[in-house]
Amino acid sequence: MPTGTLQIRLSSGHVGSTPGAGVQREEEVCKYIDVTTCIGCKACEVACVEWNDMPFQQTTFDNTYQTMPSTAWNYWNLIKFNEHTRDDGTFTWLMRKDQCMHCEDPGCLRACPADGAIVQYTNGIVDFQQENCIGCQYCVSGCPFDIPKFNSSTKKVYKCTLCSDRVGQGLEPACIKSCPTGCLKFGTKADMRALADKRAQQLREHSGFPNAGVYDPPTVGGTHVIYVLHDITKPELYGGLPSSPQIPVTYTAWKRFAKPIGLLLTLFAAPVAFFHYVMEGPKEPQPPLPKPGPPSVPQ
Amino acid sequence: MTPQAARIDRAARRTVTAHGQTIVHENELLRHPVYTRVVHWSYAIFFVLALLSGFAIYSPWLFHGLTPLFGGGPMTRLLHPWFSLGFVVAFALQILNWLAPMTWTSDDRRWLKGLKTYVTNAEPLEPEYVGFFNAGQKVYFWAIVVSAALFLITGIPMWFPATFGRLIVAISYVLHDVAALLMLAGFIIHIYEGTAQQPGTFQAMTRGTVEKRWAWTHHPAWYRAVTGRDPRGDYERALQRGNNRAP
Repeated sequence: MPTGTLQIRLSSGHVGSTPGAGVQREEEVCKYIDVTTCIGCKACEVACVEWNDMPFQQTTFDNTYQTMPSTAWNYWNLIKFNEHTRDDGTFTWLMRKDQCMHCEDPGCLRACPADGAIVQYTNGIVDFQQENCIGCQYCVSGCPFDIPKFNSSTKKVYKCTLCSDRVGQGLEPACIKSCPTGCLKFGTKADMRALADKRAQQLREHSGFPNAGVYDPPTVGGTHVIYVLHDITKPELYGGLPSSPQIPVTYTAWKRFAKPIGLLLTLFAAPVAFFHYVMEGPKEPQPPLPKPGPPSVPQ
Repeated sequence: MTPQAARIDRAARRTVTAHGQTIVHENELLRHPVYTRVVHWSYAIFFVLALLSGFAIYSPWLFHGLTPLFGGGPMTRLLHPWFSLGFVVAFALQILNWLAPMTWTSDDRRWLKGLKTYVTNAEPLEPEYVGFFNAGQKVYFWAIVVSAALFLITGIPMWFPATFGRLIVAISYVLHDVAALLMLAGFIIHIYEGTAQQPGTFQAMTRGTVEKRWAWTHHPAWYRAVTGRDPRGDYERALQRGNNRAP
């Protein structure tokens, strides 16, 4: 987690300005995933585990080619295999590389109460800083893509870093480097979006996919991982990709406004009590004790 | 109260009472026996710990101020549910202990109608019908019961989010906050009423006794019940003699 080479523009649970915000000009990065040319080879899964030095773990056989049911704290990149029957009765695999979407408006970061446990760099990468993580797992509930995963022995949450350590040194993420078909690409957000739009147009006009489109959901401000899908109207088919990902209002309006206002209103009870004492005085047991008078005999 | 709950209440009371005593001086009445005091301060301590550790995580504005009290953020997160569980267990004993005197009656509705008189200290004595607890104390007690239940129901999914899922945790988060604010407001008023606002009240929960003057002033029906005397009459006699001695 190279905070030295990447500037932080947004920090979770942080009061005041973010030290790195706006000090450097940096391009927003983006991972491009064309699911139509993915062959499901899982080279990206292996590259992810290798580069991040994660311990290997048992796979789960579930009558599919999928390595395991969902990503894990030590398995950040998973190809979701979905068998799909087209309208004409023919069969197709829908394979989608599932990992953190690096939202422009990250629900995990919004939900996190710990200062600096989740940060967003100027280049758009959302990264967890485990040394600041308190293990509350609010991020799990704040993420619309079910990405952050809790490790119950370290009591920390982990997820894809978009290889922020590699990107900080000018390299592409490990998954991109390993992809043999070129369905994964890495570059600036603008370039990747333009490429994705062009590819979707090609699919619509020349390949018989009239509904092809780019998945870059505006409900989370766009993402720094974008998909080209055969059918943009049904993203759920691709292993439950939400068509309209939402951050719970709990971590947006409630956390930002209702919580501080509610606390201030509640703490208002203290000055009310104080001024009640000043204005009305105490309720003495009756009749009150006689006040000590002057001594009857001068000393 | 179910027979089982009554058994727990009896057993806890017997255990604590065997190791404590209350000294009642002349002109004093026994207000809270040893058991009530021990239980009260047990959950009071857990309450304050849960309050501080909870508000540490409540807002970024409080995070850096309060988490060091518990050894940092992760430790605060780890301890908070256990403090809260301690509170719930100790407070459950108090619910059993106080179920009878905290029962809502028609007199309590009357008392609430005259709340303005109470708040403005307009009358020196409480109305004749006010028993062991007034309606304000009962409202606070039942508000704590409700918010403690809300805390527990919403706290468990927040403790084990993987078991309950994203949506339930997100809803629990809001309700947990509402319960916290409800309790905090009540707690501030409770401390004020129990100390500065009503001289002589704090010792009821520490030494366990109150002055007779205090009893006929704040809880006349209770005074009548325990002494068999007329609270108003005793007050007027004390007033005439110009001192605080009970007859």
